[in-house]
Amino acid sequence: MKELRLMKGNEALAEAAIRAGADGYFGYPITPQSEILEYLMAEKPYETTGMVVLQAESEVAAINMVYGGASCGKKCWTSSSSPGISLKQEGISYMAGSELPGIIVNVVRGGPGLGTIQPSQADYFQATKGGGHGDYRLLVLAPASVQEMADFIPLGFDLAFKYRNPVMILTDGVIGQMMEKVELPEFTPRWTEEEIIKMSGDWATTGKTPDRERNIISSLILDSAKQEKHVKKLGLKYTAMEADEVRYEKFQCDDAEYLFVAFGSTARICQKSVDIARARGIKVGLLRPITLYPFPTIPIHELSNQVKGMLVVEMNLGQMVEDVRLAVNGKVQVEHFGRCGGMIPNPDEIVKNLVSKIIGG
Amino acid sequence: MAVITREDIIKPENLVYKRTSLLVDCALSYCPGCGHGTAHRMLMEVIEEMGIQSKTIGVAPVGCSVLAYEFLDIDVQQAAHGRAPALATAIKRLMPEKYVFTYQGDGDLAAIGTCETIHACNRGENFVIIFINNGIYGMTGGQMAPTTLPGMKASTCPYGRDTEIMGNPLKITELVATLPGTCYVTRQSVHTPGNVRKTKRALRKAFEYSYAKKGLSFVEIVSNCNSGWKMTPVQSNKWMEENMFPFFPLGDIKVPAAE
Ligand SMILES: Cc1ncc(C[n+]2csc(CCOP(=O)(O)OP(=O)(O)O)c2C)c(N)n1
Ligand code: SF4
Ligand SMILES: [Mg+2]
Repeated sequence: MKELRLMKGNEALAEAAIRAGADGYFGYPITPQSEILEYLMAEKPYETTGMVVLQAESEVAAINMVYGGASCGKKCWTSSSSPGISLKQEGISYMAGSELPGIIVNVVRGGPGLGTIQPSQADYFQATKGGGHGDYRLLVLAPASVQEMADFIPLGFDLAFKYRNPVMILTDGVIGQMMEKVELPEFTPRWTEEEIIKMSGDWATTGKTPDRERNIISSLILDSAKQEKHVKKLGLKYTAMEADEVRYEKFQCDDAEYLFVAFGSTARICQKSVDIARARGIKVGLLRPITLYPFPTIPIHELSNQVKGMLVVEMNLGQMVEDVRLAVNGKVQVEHFGRCGGMIPNPDEIVKNLVSKIIGG
Repeated sequence: MAVITREDIIKPENLVYKRTSLLVDCALSYCPGCGHGTAHRMLMEVIEEMGIQSKTIGVAPVGCSVLAYEFLDIDVQQAAHGRAPALATAIKRLMPEKYVFTYQGDGDLAAIGTCETIHACNRGENFVIIFINNGIYGMTGGQMAPTTLPGMKASTCPYGRDTEIMGNPLKITELVATLPGTCYVTRQSVHTPGNVRKTKRALRKAFEYSYAKKGLSFVEIVSNCNSGWKMTPVQSNKWMEENMFPFFPLGDIKVPAAE
């Protein structure tokens, strides 16, 4: 039986995690995502599914708790907002280096620094280009609805375990705080110890039994030749993600002469802009990257053979626009329209910018 | 008088002590004379005697013992610098039927990881912290540590620790003993056979108490760093007795209420 509920995006994440059979959530309060920890503490999944919920002493501790749990083959996740995500970068880099699965949710707020608690997309670079030190990538999912907040938790765990790599859900206060109807995922029981050993027994620290060698979780490889081999092995995973995991959505692109490229809440606003522009006779479509890494380079490149120009709309000074330009490779004009600091673009000003920056006049 | 041959000596009935099978048979990366190796051995002897190899998960720090996982024949996670107690918190909560420990140096535990240390202790997480206090950053070449004694020289206090400028050494073990979440807090050493035996008993108690959900057990081992202190192993142990022990006195600081 499908279960429909009216929920906030942040609550949908939390409820979806309980239903996805998550083993542990470790968080630290920060606006605009504190509802996640509050919801979990109110629901008390530790009394039902057995999921551990802990308010850690800091984001640093929380991500390292995820590291410890993930090392045991458990489904663990954490969430925060921009300043807290900066603190988690050390742990994220260690997770990537040690090849650990897990989900990190960033409900982005405006910045830099303490910034503002209002929504923003200013952490695109941090999420997709590194953030922490070293040669690694996160698989980054960008939900544009409360439904996708719920869907991307089970999807995120699937991808994280498939690649043994951390997954980030990059969202913002708009999606986190707004209420929408959501169809909740079915209940999946938490993995038993036996299931974990069957699936991850060749790497997870579940206790060394006589039938196997000891399992070691470490990102330390001092020998340069071996470190290079390790990093190249990570590289192969990223290549595989680029081949198999690109997700995006096209909206009114079939006859489009112009294109908006936008993700998350901004893509929702751009849908409205498409309608306004089309009512005025401007044939514009929208491409919404769902995975920010791997980036939908090929679909955007293909559209550059069709459209006359692209406007990348973001809530930042211009970040994803760099990836769009790389995909287009000079073929057509690519411009950026951004609001930042917690300001949200409105559909009309987006159309106005399409006209002034791309169409001309 | 009969000559005793090598063969006579190694007869099984003459065997009184052997290397624990849970210590991997390889050369340790520690400097000769360093206390880390002895501490490893005591730890693994306890795990062997308790028969808990398959039920034990260890967490290695960043410090000279970063490679502990190479030597301990159990499942081990290597933590970022100072974060071991956060890892151990999750491991123990997610697998409560396991014995969990961290093994950390003074820089790892009492400087960069102070926050994680204090909060894991205060929450009463049911794992064991083994704290190797050598008063210096061994791994990075002998810089000042949070436990470097007043007047003691290190590469970043070459004229000796001036507490006016560099602050005071931190008695973190006394500090965590005041927290309600710790059940057993003790300070030991491994520089003489007698002390080794006491340390071993302390480690066993620590594992037993925390497994019995009494709270966090904290075993400090005051140890030498002959390389960092720029002494011979023998000199370093003497120096440790004369200088470290008066400041960091050995013995139990807190024991469970029933004891
Ligand atoms: C984030 C971070 N900062 C600094 C270092 C460098 N570093 C490695 S070990 C160490 C000090 C270790 O000293 P201690 O914990 O006392 O261990 P010991 O080597 O003395 O046993 C430092 C500062 C690091 N690896 N990571
Ligand atoms: S540097 Fe010091 S602590 Fe490290 S192995 Fe050598 S003696 Fe031991
Ligand atoms: Mg030290």
